Amino acid sequence: MMTKARRVYSIPYVLWLLLFVIAPVLLIVYQSFIGMDGSYTLDNYKTYFASSTYLRMTFNSVLYAFLITLIVLVISYPAAYILNKTKHKQLWLMLIILPTWVNLLLKAYAFIGIFSMHGSVNHFLEFIGIGPKQLLFTDFSFIFVAAYIEIPFMIMPIFNALEEMNPSFISASVDLGANAWQTFWQVIFPLSLNGVKSGVQAVFIPSLSLFMLTRLIGGNRVITLGTAIEEHFMVTQNWGMGSTIGVVLIIAMLAIMLVTGEKKKKRRRAN
Amino acid sequence: MKNLKVLFIGILAIIGVLFVSSRQLEKAQGFSGSNTVTIYNWGDYIDPALLKKFEKETGYKVSYETFDSNEAMFTKIQQGGTGYDITIPSEYMIQKMMKADMLVPLDYGKIKGMQHIDSRFLDLDFDPENKYSIPYFWGTLGIIYNDKFVAKQDMQHWDDLWQKGLANNVMLIDGAREVIGLSLNSLGYSLNSLNNKELTQASKKLDSLPTNVKAIVADEIKMYMINEESAVAVSFSGEAAEMLDGNDHLHYVIPSEGSNLWFDNIVIPKTVRNKEGAYAFINFMLKPENAAQNAEYIGYSTPNKEALDLLPKDISQDKQFYPDDSTISHLEVYKDLGPEYLGIYNDLFLEFKMHRK
Repeated sequence: MMTKARRVYSIPYVLWLLLFVIAPVLLIVYQSFIGMDGSYTLDNYKTYFASSTYLRMTFNSVLYAFLITLIVLVISYPAAYILNKTKHKQLWLMLIILPTWVNLLLKAYAFIGIFSMHGSVNHFLEFIGIGPKQLLFTDFSFIFVAAYIEIPFMIMPIFNALEEMNPSFISASVDLGANAWQTFWQVIFPLSLNGVKSGVQAVFIPSLSLFMLTRLIGGNRVITLGTAIEEHFMVTQNWGMGSTIGVVLIIAMLAIMLVTGEKKKKRRRAN
Repeated sequence: MKNLKVLFIGILAIIGVLFVSSRQLEKAQGFSGSNTVTIYNWGDYIDPALLKKFEKETGYKVSYETFDSNEAMFTKIQQGGTGYDITIPSEYMIQKMMKADMLVPLDYGKIKGMQHIDSRFLDLDFDPENKYSIPYFWGTLGIIYNDKFVAKQDMQHWDDLWQKGLANNVMLIDGAREVIGLSLNSLGYSLNSLNNKELTQASKKLDSLPTNVKAIVADEIKMYMINEESAVAVSFSGEAAEMLDGNDHLHYVIPSEGSNLWFDNIVIPKTVRNKEGAYAFINFMLKPENAAQNAEYIGYSTPNKEALDLLPKDISQDKQFYPDDSTISHLEVYKDLGPEYLGIYNDLFLEFKMHRK
């Protein structure tokens, strides 16, 4: 009875998966083998791997995504750790999640105001005697804004992992004579690693194809694969090439999932 | 499980209520089939007062939607779905839509007021004899500079963008044809060049521009130039008109060696449902007083010569926006390059964007 009901309830989910996850991915893969003239071809892949522009763009995308993820992690882990120790955890967590309720575009426009030549940051720099600096359209501002936007998505899973941790492990560690550092490094951190991994996935993958920020904050001086995909779909209407880049991104994301997922299984078995 | 059912039914109920009430709302506003004219236009590209006037004069209801690029408009109309009665593409896109058989030939028996249009803007290459399209606005691509940072004599030609003193002070419009085109023009070539040698030369020349380029953006240029974030920008004349309104230090130059002359024309796409309404709108916009009101509001150049007479002298005699014939003779209209060369232009542009500072 129960299993039957469960099966019925899973129908919308399975349909959803088929229609909006599996079908689009298959379509993208299919499109990527179609040339400008509508025939099946491997040319798109050939062009991609023979072009130093696309390869450099791929390298840039991965590099930026890596830097963003690293910065977000460095900020989020201590934040989640401290958060977990505070009294009104849920309230603080709520405050951290709150910015995600604001539309991404609005946040980007706000940063344009903050970083512009006559914006608040430059007013401050002028006030302390450094003088105005070009902040918008630099690598710094792009990575800063991207990191700001992604931080809640890293804090959440780490916070959950820390919160779910059985406190008796920590007591045991302290009882057995470990100092605070050892307790953290050998007990708490390994146990929170799953949270870190899902956080890395949640941040790295969208960062690979951030394209609106590259224009609004990066002024197109920061170029990622997302820019190229947009151009192929909107301007040149070369959907085949756009899909090829999409496939490369999907493969890159799969690779990240495998790298961050594989160890999780092994660890569980070892445990 | 019970909660889940309640939630599910609740959501369905809400959707049902919203659907019915939105239908009711549409009816209450008078949107019902044959008396609606669906207009698909660029964002901020008509005086809203004119739409009201049109509704009042003709009794039609206007359903107004906007797009932000020719390509987005093309894709949407090609996929059908919405029955657009009127849209306003640029000239190269009209060519493309003609080839794709997406436009309805105009019935000149139903159009009144063609005699108001300046003959210079009729019967052009992209639409011979104006079989499909009627000029709405025209304009140019040029340089906007701030006289606080750059002297007038130092900013008259495309080559001046490369000058040493402008490091990190030039904003470019985010368009492959515009940026590659200005490089081609500066070398004395056509901006519709299909010659690989010329294109290589143009892209080589662009290699040394990125040190001066602050950003490659679109609509934001307006805001940045008015706030004096940058000394120089390359953009379209209509955008420039708005910037000049916002800051007295800004000026607009059309490089005399050549630049782009563009048109946005009214067409009736094949998705049309209300042909009578579409013609009513065309006739309404052809009336000199309406065209003049629109031109004064938007700031782009009107092709309606009688409307021009109705405009204040400081607009109609402004050489920045109504250049003389000798300048116009150096301007070129974009031609549809075909998919292969459009791809090449875009690859070169992507390569240009990839340059580090």
